[in-house]
Amino acid sequence: MSALPAVSTRGLCKDFPTGEALTRVLHDVDLDLATGALTMLVGPSGCGKTTLLSIISGILQASAGTVTVYGTEITGLSDREKVAFRRSNLGFIFQQYNLLPALTAAENASVPLVAAGVPLAQARIEAGKVLERIGMGPHLKKMPAQLSGGQQQRVAIARALVHQPKLLVCDEPTAALDAQTGLAVLELLRDVARSAERAVLVVTHDSRIFDLADRIVRMSDGRLEPESNQPRSVP
Amino acid sequence: MPLMGEIALKMLWGDRAKYLALVFAVTFATMLMSQQVSIFIGLMARTASHVSDVREANLWIMDPQVRYIDEVKPMPDKQLFRVRGVQGVEWAVPWFKGLAVVRAPGGIMQQVILLGVDDASLVGRPPRMIHGRWEDLKQPDAMIMDRAGWEYTWPGEPFVPGRVVEVNDRRVAIVGLAEASPPFVTFPVVYSRYSQALKLSPTERNAMSFILARSAPGDDPKSVAHRIETATGLQALTSREFEWRSVSHYLQRTGIPVNFGITVVLGFIVGAAVAGQTFYIFVLENLRQFGALKAIGVGNTQILSMVLLQAAVVAFIGFSLGIGGSAIFFESTNDLTHLRGFRLHGEVIAATAAAVFVIMVIASFASIRKVMVLEPAIVFRG
Ligand SMILES: Nc1ncnc2c1ncn2[C@@H]1O[C@H](COP(=O)(O)OP(=O)(O)OP(=O)(O)O)[C@@H](O)[C@H]1O
Ligand SMILES: [Mg+2]
Repeated sequence: MSALPAVSTRGLCKDFPTGEALTRVLHDVDLDLATGALTMLVGPSGCGKTTLLSIISGILQASAGTVTVYGTEITGLSDREKVAFRRSNLGFIFQQYNLLPALTAAENASVPLVAAGVPLAQARIEAGKVLERIGMGPHLKKMPAQLSGGQQQRVAIARALVHQPKLLVCDEPTAALDAQTGLAVLELLRDVARSAERAVLVVTHDSRIFDLADRIVRMSDGRLEPESNQPRSVP
Repeated sequence: MPLMGEIALKMLWGDRAKYLALVFAVTFATMLMSQQVSIFIGLMARTASHVSDVREANLWIMDPQVRYIDEVKPMPDKQLFRVRGVQGVEWAVPWFKGLAVVRAPGGIMQQVILLGVDDASLVGRPPRMIHGRWEDLKQPDAMIMDRAGWEYTWPGEPFVPGRVVEVNDRRVAIVGLAEASPPFVTFPVVYSRYSQALKLSPTERNAMSFILARSAPGDDPKSVAHRIETATGLQALTSREFEWRSVSHYLQRTGIPVNFGITVVLGFIVGAAVAGQTFYIFVLENLRQFGALKAIGVGNTQILSMVLLQAAVVAFIGFSLGIGGSAIFFESTNDLTHLRGFRLHGEVIAATAAAVFVIMVIASFASIRKVMVLEPAIVFRG
């Protein structure tokens, strides 16, 4: 493990307003994620996994505490700086894929490059290469509606990787897929984590894929559980 | 700034049904507004057609109680000489305007607008002749009719010079056809010499209706008009002023502006409502996608420019189609006698463009608000 953690949270708290009062859904979360590893965040529904993931990825404001991603304390950035930080350092994978229905697979995968200023035609070629590497070569010009769930999630993975981000965050990436496809998608994500200077954080309920984690972090009621039985050690 | 424009347009065109509905709404509003306003302007211009047809004179002198061109209060002849004596008046001639009845063989009886132009100079005639020459008016018992009036009285019959009709029990020959600007009242217009017109009209009206005059070169027409008023006690207006007097009379005294106004406002409201509704649904349906874009790192300015581009493209295409539709309407109806003179004015096109701009600002306002305040965190919610 490298000395500098990919992600490091300290004393992270999050309160949501519920009626008049505030409800605390994250309590003093201290978490370090290593580079080159796939970490799974698991726990019962409503324990705060998505909330934690959202704060780590800089799309939700923490109520207290700090998040540092590859040396940048993102909790101290302005909204504008956060957008720029996400654009160059983060890849997102959603349960619902969230592809643009009017764009082809290659165009969808090229969105982060276009957002960073690469012309669409050129970005499409880059995205095509990434899609080919993950077995989507024959489907570059198809629309999302013409693809299966697993194929759409692969397009989403290509979109999350196309700009070479250092941190990949995935919320329930296999929930909408059958067991076999889910496993294949997770294997792909693990390879991604191990093949580059990159960290992957996967929030999941899906016990069928736990085996593929380098590390499992358990959560309940907004707190991390002490880690004891690691399924395997970080390489 | 990074170009998300192409992606914004693909989003728009990807949703064919909503895209067409949006364009249709703008086209509809554009067509309704530009066409109705143009017809309205054309109709109002007709109320001053007799004034605008006279090009040689720039001053109109009349009884002080006259409020518009169709109101005639005869003046004694001596006033003409007093006007001629005012300093700065280059020339002044009498002009007659009245109604007469034309009887033609075959039982035809037609009410006409009778205009008497100056015997010597023929000042007071419209600029364009179709058949014959204005000089022919100098023949005894001659008159010239306007083309629309001829077609109205003898539909389908080609013009034959010298056709004899009876006006006020006098036999008169129609020696030529002129092109008059369409009047507000649809009666035919006939022109004769002033002295002839007095003989043709029923007796109680046989006196000078207006004096047409021209200010001397270098003299300001307005100050000459003022001098005429002081010297004669009559009312003197520049041609522009008198045209506008006549137009504003109809604007204020009839329900016409209200009527057209309602249609235009309706076009505006329906356009804005349908476009706004459709655009809002379009943005709502793409909200998760916009959220995903925000999470990925597309900034608010970029999102804003995407939505604005979508709105602008819809506005531009809808507006172009609508103006094109209006232009085709006026082009294809120009030959119809009763619609002649109605055309699409540049000012109307510009005003409609401004209205469409406001429509799209209204229509996209709610949608833009929605995407701007959108929290990217929603993309992780179920
Ligand atoms: N925007 C919000 N406003 C109020 N409460 C919220 C909001 N988002 C989350 N919560 C609450 O915070 C708690 C944690 O939610 P979170 O979505 O992080 O749980 P989760 O572990 O991801 O659950 P699941 O496994 O069902 O996705 C829940 O009690 C939820 O109701
Ligand atoms: Mg969740």
